[in-house]
Amino acid sequence: MTAYQIWIAFMTIVVREVRRFTRIWPQTLLPPAVTMTLYFVIFGNLIGSRIGPMEGYDYMEFIVPGLIMMAVITSSYANVVSSFFSMKFQRSIEELLVSPTPNWVILTGYVAGGMARGLIVGFVVMLVSLTFTTLEFYSPVLVISTALLTSLVFSLGGFINAMFATKFDDISIVPTFVLTPLTYLGGVFYSINLLDPLWQAFSMANPILYMVNAFRYGVLGASDVGPVWAIAMLVVFSVVLFTLSLRLLNQGKGIRS
Amino acid sequence: MSYALDICGLRKTFPGGLDALKGIDLQVETGDFFALLGPNGAGKSTTLGVLASLVRKTAGQVQVFDADLDSDPARLKTWLGFVPQEFNFNQFEKVGDIVRTQAGYYGMPPGRAARNAERYLRELGLWDKRDSPARMLSGGMKRRLLIARALVHEPRVLILDEPTAGVDIELRRSMWSFLERINREGVTIILTTHYLEEAEALCRNIAIIDGGRILQNTSKQALLQQLSLEHFILDIGNDPGTVPQLEGYYCFRNDEGALVVEVEREDGLNDVFRQLGEQGWEVTSMRNRSNRLEELFMSLVGRSLPESQEEASA
Repeated sequence: MTAYQIWIAFMTIVVREVRRFTRIWPQTLLPPAVTMTLYFVIFGNLIGSRIGPMEGYDYMEFIVPGLIMMAVITSSYANVVSSFFSMKFQRSIEELLVSPTPNWVILTGYVAGGMARGLIVGFVVMLVSLTFTTLEFYSPVLVISTALLTSLVFSLGGFINAMFATKFDDISIVPTFVLTPLTYLGGVFYSINLLDPLWQAFSMANPILYMVNAFRYGVLGASDVGPVWAIAMLVVFSVVLFTLSLRLLNQGKGIRS
Repeated sequence: MSYALDICGLRKTFPGGLDALKGIDLQVETGDFFALLGPNGAGKSTTLGVLASLVRKTAGQVQVFDADLDSDPARLKTWLGFVPQEFNFNQFEKVGDIVRTQAGYYGMPPGRAARNAERYLRELGLWDKRDSPARMLSGGMKRRLLIARALVHEPRVLILDEPTAGVDIELRRSMWSFLERINREGVTIILTTHYLEEAEALCRNIAIIDGGRILQNTSKQALLQQLSLEHFILDIGNDPGTVPQLEGYYCFRNDEGALVVEVEREDGLNDVFRQLGEQGWEVTSMRNRSNRLEELFMSLVGRSLPESQEEASA
């Protein structure tokens, strides 16, 4: 295929993915906005007013970056894992396998679709948050790069989950039992400085902590973990997960006999 | 001779040790209308799966025109259109989107993809359904959608795995005439089918596969020449319901009670009619018991027909 044909194939996958999640927007775009509004009302307004400042910031200001990242993480992951597994399940993945589209284009197309949903949902949640607080971005470059890399990492995670999944239960196990606990324990609602040293050490092993803190640093200019270290980790995760995803796709795990 | 498809020593062993293909050699000429026949589990779909890059081969070479599956898979895929046995499209997508999207996977610019999609959806009677979700289509429409999707990128070889399975006779014949037309336009067609009548009506060359091996690969005419016996069903006026004793011929009643006479191909029927006339039997009409390929298929494979053929014949 020529570069132009590869570009068309890539855009075909991306447009198809965007068309899919916008067609079912009540399932894909609306729920995070509703859930996050509840978080803002309950934790930000009602409980937050009794908690007081966190690390020198109003509690609402403190949790907004984490909640935006939570939406980006879950939406990016959910988009790729559900879309790619559905393609496997219905065998419509064969439409792509019989075509000359290279595997790396298939992978980047799906990942771009997941990133698109994650970033759109993150943007919607950010707009919702503006009705509760004001956001003054300390470093827009850091905000954008953290959001892009985080959505990339979790889109790749969703892809790997979908490659291994053989039934619908398999695509809900990781989000329910791994992703959600790590996100809630990743410093979205609290500073790890509140924890005793042992739990602080445990928290430092949680990759989501770095993503939330990098994003928080980009918004507030302060966080528990330095942004450079967080961005470096995100880049390493991206490279490792992309390599693993492409390897699985080349092996045809679960999609070619 | 230029080959559209050249398969050499193709083997496939599935995990678990099942040898689905045991060294297949197969050539299909450019412009041919070719049938691959065989009972269930013979290796037909596995062979097509390898061609379509859905099944990984264990050994052997596959070439479509001058593109090799190992060294130039992208070009090989560009030349192939594949119609699978099962409906493998997203049931929630619109018919038009499914066909246009497939063209995009082959790198076809959107304008040309839209024109081709319209052409094939119109030709296959699906244009009015272009904005309907695929799940709303009838079974026959879904089969035609598979064909439109396989043709939208203008392949030179169209592979169809049981294209008319479960399709009523009227629709089957309209699909036959469509396939004959695109074959006349230069598309090489390779199909597998359970309907031997289909292969006899459409195909110029036929291969019979069983147990992962090709048993026959020749022209339809050459295959039919191999038939030594033909069976004729005779309608008798004032039929007494018994079986006449004809010297040199075997007669019997079939399941419907009709009289069947077995005749050597080179013998002709004059002697049969003479003996029946002498015994007072009045033949009012006559027809072949079944299609001829079925006879040959059974003699080669040594098994009864696959279930779907029996259902279709019923």
